[in-house]
Amino acid sequence: MPIFIDRRLNPKDKSLGNRQRFLRRAREELKRTIRDQIRTGKIADVDAEHAVSMPARGTGEPSFNDARNSGSRQHVLPGNKHFAPGDRLPKPGQGGGMGSAPGRTESEDDFRFVLSREEVLDLFFEDLELPDMVKLNLKEILAFKPRRAGFAATGSPTNINVGRTMRNSHGRRIALRRPKQEAVDAVAQEIATLEAKPQNAEMRQRIVALQEELERLERRRKRIAFVDPVDIRFNRFDAQPVPNANAVMFCLMDVSGSMGEREKDLAKRFFVLLHLFLKRRYDRTEVVFIRHTHEAQEVDEETFFYNTQSGGTVVSTALEEMHRIVEQRYPSREWNIYVAQASDGDNFVTDSERCIALLDEQIMRLCQYFAYVEILDERESHIFGATDNGTSLWRAYSAVKLRWSNFQMSRIATAADIYPVFRQLFARQPGYQKSGERGG
Amino acid sequence: MASKSGLLFSGSDWDFRTLSRAYETIEAVATEELHLDVYPVQMEIISSEQMLDAYSSVGMPLMYRHWSFGKHYLYQELLYRKGGRGLAYELVINSNPCIVYLMEENTMALQALVTAHAALGHNHFFKNNYLFRQWTDAGAILSYLDFAKGYIARCEERHGVDAVEEILDAAHALMEQGVFRYHRPPKLSSEKQREGIRERLEYEERSYNDLWRTLPPSKDGTKVRETDTMTERKKSLKLPEENLLYFLEKNSLILEPWQREVIRIVRVIAQYFYPQRQTQVMNEGCATFVHYTLMNLLFDRGLIGEGAMLEILRNHSNVIFQPGFDDPRFSGINPYALGLDMMQDIQRISTAPTAEDRDWFPDIAGNGDWRQTLLDAWANHRDESFIRQYLSPTLIRKWRFFVLADAANDPHYEVASIHNERGYESVRAALAHSYDIGASRPDIQVVDVDLLGDRHLRLQHKVKDGIVLEGGSRDATLRHIRKLWGYEVSMVAVDAQTGATLHERSTSQIGE
Repeated sequence: MPIFIDRRLNPKDKSLGNRQRFLRRAREELKRTIRDQIRTGKIADVDAEHAVSMPARGTGEPSFNDARNSGSRQHVLPGNKHFAPGDRLPKPGQGGGMGSAPGRTESEDDFRFVLSREEVLDLFFEDLELPDMVKLNLKEILAFKPRRAGFAATGSPTNINVGRTMRNSHGRRIALRRPKQEAVDAVAQEIATLEAKPQNAEMRQRIVALQEELERLERRRKRIAFVDPVDIRFNRFDAQPVPNANAVMFCLMDVSGSMGEREKDLAKRFFVLLHLFLKRRYDRTEVVFIRHTHEAQEVDEETFFYNTQSGGTVVSTALEEMHRIVEQRYPSREWNIYVAQASDGDNFVTDSERCIALLDEQIMRLCQYFAYVEILDERESHIFGATDNGTSLWRAYSAVKLRWSNFQMSRIATAADIYPVFRQLFARQPGYQKSGERGG
Repeated sequence: MASKSGLLFSGSDWDFRTLSRAYETIEAVATEELHLDVYPVQMEIISSEQMLDAYSSVGMPLMYRHWSFGKHYLYQELLYRKGGRGLAYELVINSNPCIVYLMEENTMALQALVTAHAALGHNHFFKNNYLFRQWTDAGAILSYLDFAKGYIARCEERHGVDAVEEILDAAHALMEQGVFRYHRPPKLSSEKQREGIRERLEYEERSYNDLWRTLPPSKDGTKVRETDTMTERKKSLKLPEENLLYFLEKNSLILEPWQREVIRIVRVIAQYFYPQRQTQVMNEGCATFVHYTLMNLLFDRGLIGEGAMLEILRNHSNVIFQPGFDDPRFSGINPYALGLDMMQDIQRISTAPTAEDRDWFPDIAGNGDWRQTLLDAWANHRDESFIRQYLSPTLIRKWRFFVLADAANDPHYEVASIHNERGYESVRAALAHSYDIGASRPDIQVVDVDLLGDRHLRLQHKVKDGIVLEGGSRDATLRHIRKLWGYEVSMVAVDAQTGATLHERSTSQIGE
């Protein structure tokens, strides 16, 4: 008789630890891969699984191996059809697929695997230097709120529903004819009265019978519990997603020649971060891309990031375009409006006044949050980082910032500088946040 | 018996009672008809996910954690998801009791097949083959792995994952060179003994006092050291040494006790698998022969229904599928197919030999006792010697084997021999040679080290037939050795025939 062990219920994910170790090891390379994928992919795609290829560096497992293109050896193969000794066959191209060549290790290092959403976000967050709370916030899928939903036979003791439980217990006691306390008392009473009276044979017999009856009743009471585990009912709670509303996110970017590859990459990360945040908070998130030079237009994501346009820089055109789109498609009663603007700060001098006016009078009333980043050269950041003077747009926006608490701006030179623009956004308590929402 | 029909099982569902009944019947038939002798069996039912887990940690039920297993898991999972590879129906561990993993998805017919294959075929082979009997310790391996897993986890806690990983990486790179090929490795010491050794080491660590180092060395002591010549040095270190991991574990000057223990763990596991790698064809052949014979016997006795038998045969023929070399599906010689064919051929030779067989195998041809002949072969051979001894001309013709000579500097392959009278011997020799692990892996040994001088570790690679090492992985591996050794490491490639030095590579040339 063999011994049987059923291992199917053993804890799963035994290899999870190994996977984590592997990812940690390949971290740098995976981070680069994810960054490239984010650079070329869509903003909304960041928040999903990503297939990546096996990183070459750091994951090799070297050992002493024979070089395949050296020396002489013999291969024994089955299935000869027409070869005779002495036949010469040309070798197939490089590598020679014949024989049991030790090529397996190479193919094993060359495959793609899938990183989960969490792992992708971890890699993405890494050099944004987000606070842990925020990371958690962004990774959490949906906010749930427990809601009463009937009763259950299992649950935690704190959730016992006493009314239900007692009703069940009562029903069961009736069904099983559990003797009531009064019945027991009555018999006991009768015995007592009989015993008090003078005794005769008939009465003694009667007492014995009564005592037996009393004992039977007591036994039955003991056997049928007052409250049995089967009676117990618990309040059941269903996790209900917290109702969310719609959000639209406007990405505004200056695409004039002065915005290079690095600037656009930083801007994209800035947009991705806001998008991640909105996706967590709202059921439906739409993204509108508006690029501008001296004139603004709504474009698709592809054009937004990859086409350059020549021309001057008039920021107010973008704000006007945005305002027009809001009026047309995203009435602020129904939509939570978020704006993210990235620029290198260039603007026509006379236009800055117009921007201030537009923001103060129209746009800031409509939006939940307006985040502006000015992308600097790393060298410039040392000069401008601390001071308030700067480009004309920066000075203009500084004035706006004083008047509106939901307006945030920052100068960034590296990815780690992005987060402070959103600090206020992320710092908000969900409850407070909801009160600001409209419609839904 | 389960039902009136006398069948062991019907339908594809299984339960533990049916499994147990099937095992008992199959075991009884196996002992009676094939005279198999097996360890007691422990069957474990696992899910496909757990099978993937087991795959990625070198097929062992307990394994320490390492990133490379995570990588292998990803790879296996990918193959499985794409449907490129089915999972094995079973996995069997050479231990006492013999552990057989059965997948829960298997039908009852498959479970019966797997029981015959693994619980009897492999099990008999593990218990009786000389390599396993002499070289591995079936009773101790599981508790050793348990210890290894716990020990490495404790090391990670104490010294950090990175530090442990560094040692494991380096040790894994040398796994091939971490086995004793020619003398039997010491028996695994019991848990108690190991505990004692560790305690002593810990005591030494605790009570280490740097003051002792400042004492002047005794006069005569230093004199002895000065006369330390090269030959004496080699003798005292038992050089040359083929087992690089063993050498580093015992002699490296920079390793701490826990690092030595980690290397030892990797070495023990490598050694444990060494016999399995030498007996692939025999092990799988034996198991396949046993399951095929047993299933047919059960069918003949009316214990297995026709439907189940068809399912079994279908799986059987999948397992032994062998495409020709020019078939796109060809990926080398299938050990199941070759092993089964050779064993059935032995059966044929001993019962119905042809004149040719009498010529080639005078001592077994027509002896009538194929059972004993096979039992002897299973017990006393490894792949290389088994093929050298038993591959018959009949089989060479059936498989249409041919030998291709492949010289690196020649743009052509040359057909050296085929399945004809002149070719049989050389085909057999070439095939046997290709299964000789000792000969087909690079031969690398420690030849010299001056522990009191510059501590330069010298390795030697014997180059056979002009086959040198692949440069990139060689350098990376040397770097790993340097990590364990702490000082310069160099490797000389020496031609095995002429003894001429081909080239030399040292870690000082490689850089970090």
